[in-house]
Amino acid sequence: MTTFASEFKKMAGRYTADLTHRAFIKKALSGYYQKRDDSKASFQSWQGARDLAAETKYEAVNHLDRYLVEFAEKIEARGAKIFWAPSAREARDYILGVARENGVRSIIKSKTMTSEEIHLNDALEKEGYGVFESDLGEYIVQLRKEPPYHLVFPAMHLTRGQISDLFQKELGSAPTDSPEELTMIARRVMRRKYCEADMGISGANFAVAETGMISITENEGNARLTTSLPRIHVAILGIEKVLPRLEDLALFLPMLATAGAGQQMTCYNTMYGGPRQPGEIDGPEQMHVVLLDNRRTELLADAEQRDTLGCIRCGACLNVCPIFKNVGGYSYGTTYQGPIGSVITPHLRGLQDWKHLSAASSLCGACTEACPVKIDLHHHLLQNRRNAAAAKPVMIEKISFLGFAWLMSHPSIYHLAAKLGRVFQPLHPIVNGTFLDPLIAWTRSRAFPNLAPTSFHEQWKKSRK
Amino acid sequence: MSDGKTIILNRIREALRENPAPRPHASHTSSDQEETPRDHTPREWLPKVGERLDEQIDLFARQSEGLKTEFHRCGTMEDARAILSVLVAEGAWKKIATHTTPDTSALLEKNRAEILKTDTGYQIDDLESCDAGITGCECLVAQTGAILVSAPSAGGRALSVLPPHHIIIARTSQMVPDLTAALELAKERYGNKFPSFLSFITGPSRTGDIERILVLGAHGPKRLTVLLLED
Amino acid sequence: MRISLFVPCFVDQIYPQVAWSVVRVLEELGHQVDFPEGQSCCGQPPFNTGYWDEARTAARVALAAFRDSEVVVGPSGSCVAMMKVFYPQLFKGDSQELEARELAAKTHEFSSFLVNTLGVTDLGAKFEGKVTFHDGCHGLRELGVKKEPRALLANVRGLELLEMAEAESCCGFGGTFAVKFPTISTAMDEVKCASILETGADVVVSNDSSCLMQIRGMLDKQKSTIRSLHLAEVLASR
Repeated sequence: MTTFASEFKKMAGRYTADLTHRAFIKKALSGYYQKRDDSKASFQSWQGARDLAAETKYEAVNHLDRYLVEFAEKIEARGAKIFWAPSAREARDYILGVARENGVRSIIKSKTMTSEEIHLNDALEKEGYGVFESDLGEYIVQLRKEPPYHLVFPAMHLTRGQISDLFQKELGSAPTDSPEELTMIARRVMRRKYCEADMGISGANFAVAETGMISITENEGNARLTTSLPRIHVAILGIEKVLPRLEDLALFLPMLATAGAGQQMTCYNTMYGGPRQPGEIDGPEQMHVVLLDNRRTELLADAEQRDTLGCIRCGACLNVCPIFKNVGGYSYGTTYQGPIGSVITPHLRGLQDWKHLSAASSLCGACTEACPVKIDLHHHLLQNRRNAAAAKPVMIEKISFLGFAWLMSHPSIYHLAAKLGRVFQPLHPIVNGTFLDPLIAWTRSRAFPNLAPTSFHEQWKKSRK
Repeated sequence: MSDGKTIILNRIREALRENPAPRPHASHTSSDQEETPRDHTPREWLPKVGERLDEQIDLFARQSEGLKTEFHRCGTMEDARAILSVLVAEGAWKKIATHTTPDTSALLEKNRAEILKTDTGYQIDDLESCDAGITGCECLVAQTGAILVSAPSAGGRALSVLPPHHIIIARTSQMVPDLTAALELAKERYGNKFPSFLSFITGPSRTGDIERILVLGAHGPKRLTVLLLED
Repeated sequence: MRISLFVPCFVDQIYPQVAWSVVRVLEELGHQVDFPEGQSCCGQPPFNTGYWDEARTAARVALAAFRDSEVVVGPSGSCVAMMKVFYPQLFKGDSQELEARELAAKTHEFSSFLVNTLGVTDLGAKFEGKVTFHDGCHGLRELGVKKEPRALLANVRGLELLEMAEAESCCGFGGTFAVKFPTISTAMDEVKCASILETGADVVVSNDSSCLMQIRGMLDKQKSTIRSLHLAEVLASR
């Protein structure tokens, strides 16, 4: 039977065996580490900034109702329409409705993981709308009919050769190994789409309660074009995106850029407070803001893991995660990959179906160390394991650990068992590495150490008494 | 029947009721509990900025270099015009888009390229066919080398992003030290009548989506020029 | 000072020489070392797998074993982190919560104890060779141990420390993770061992024997001649 867990193991096995892929991902990330460290070093105190960011998110998330209402009222007063979407289906239906009512034909999108989460493109395409992803990486994976590989770098797994082949096949362009030329090919195609589209769909990185604005962080300018030229702008964002004050952006914009891309600031950080206002010469006639719950309130109800709602989707935890670096983005099978995805997916899509992602970690804590808002990621993985075992223990594990705990609380029997182990150890080489080997999960790829002739316990007793 | 707003707000209130989350623990102080609300100004943690104007201009210039923004200090409007005429000649520009301000008008005084003004609106294709867009701005941010533009100060939303070369004309009095100051300035200037569009522009458009290699001019301008005039 | 030795179960069974090295170092500094014999396993395997009831059963044995100890010192960042960081969580709301907190407070990782509690960095050790140091994740990130082992190694005569690029990268052990997801665990091990090799060191040293078991497993499979030693073994060398 195929389960999410068995699929993960299969994919992880395939990707870890692909040494070329592993080396490629490692190389792609090496430049990021250097730039990230340089940008961090420009801060007077990166740790102080993290503390303040965590505090600010704590305040926002623990008063979420108040700040969301404030945000909604402020932006509605300037003519934006707010839609509160309890579930993915309601969000999709609303956006489809807006498209239908306004006779929309062509839709341009800038990068939004929230729309990936609700499978918006599928729904729009099924209704016959042309949907074009404008972010270069997103456009590439859209042409390949793949989901994003990484929540910030969607096409980081592809070589320029693969992208050139793709463009040649899908766009009829001449082959090239220049990233610049490839970028210009996409630029030319996308220029027409911006000019023709009548609906632009974006995400948002932050929603500012105080002034009723959404803030979008990007480098390419595609989000700016998506939100400037079409007559309708739809922004879709999770309810957790809200920040209390405008000045909070002075902290979060450089932190997001640093953690996400190793930049002090990304190229464009744009705040939108409504559709075109009286006296303004351009911008959309309509702005719709879809506030998505989709089980985020279940995370909110878990006080222990509530801090995960502070996540700014920077991807820093993926970039440092040794699991991600070896299994890659596609093994997860989730919208949000890496440590943050492993923590929140069980809440968003079911603990028993997705607990394997929490188990697939050495709990090294590199993610927690990298997180700019100090989400206690690797400890949350532990909590998910605890919650999963408490709700539905795996029988073989339960029995093993009951036996283990009993043994450990009966030292004399434990020491006897260890002695027995020494008796049988000489037999191990006979089965070593075969299916009869009880240690096969270890010994297939690693040598297993021998037990010492006598334990420290025995040696101490002998020498010190 | 309850609407989405009621459903979501009820869920949130239910989730938060008598269910306090552990406070984030500070990593830079030794005190365990910080009950007093903190100062929310991030200044003390963010990159340091000098107090004097010349220090700030120097920092802006250094940041511009790293960002590949072409930054020019212009003693007079004549200097600025000279820089523009070189750009026009080099690029063989035929059409330039702009909006009317005293400085953009003065800058374009002796220019011979066709001018598209967005003051009362524009056709998208017309703007798209321009070789450059010239705009003013709200302020310049020394800390990050960013320029804050808005719908009123930059001729709308698209003028500063659609043409392939964006030129900003600014005055030294528009220099602010950091992002906090820039946002404070916007708040003071607009109160609760904010424009629908405000953007920090930090260098020309770029991408690293192919093998993490930097390419300028992904979808927005390939070049960004800042002409800084004395007041 | 009277110091109680905490010997993690796999050190007890597989690497007793590591525990003896700790004894030797502490005794040479003039301290009195005892070994509470009631101890077994700290309970980390069931804890990390999610079986907290079973983890508590094992942990209660440790609470009892070290009840009368003044200070407890162990040669493993991981097992010490279990006591120091995770026992208070594991026993939250339990009748033994206070006792768990007391044990957490008096338990120390070996290198941190030497440097931060005893204030010693030079143990008069002599060790000829090029060494690279692997930071065990629990020691590094749960306990904040990073400078301590390096300060100690810096004072070992004849020892040359060559830092590896992936010093802070996980070796891939992670307890039951290593056998639940052997392919991922092994891939991490490969990354680690390649980084060790790159330094040209003859010996890889760590303050955690569990990491060394994982690293040794790969080095042996690769038939590498690089030795692996616990920090205590290096510090006890004369």
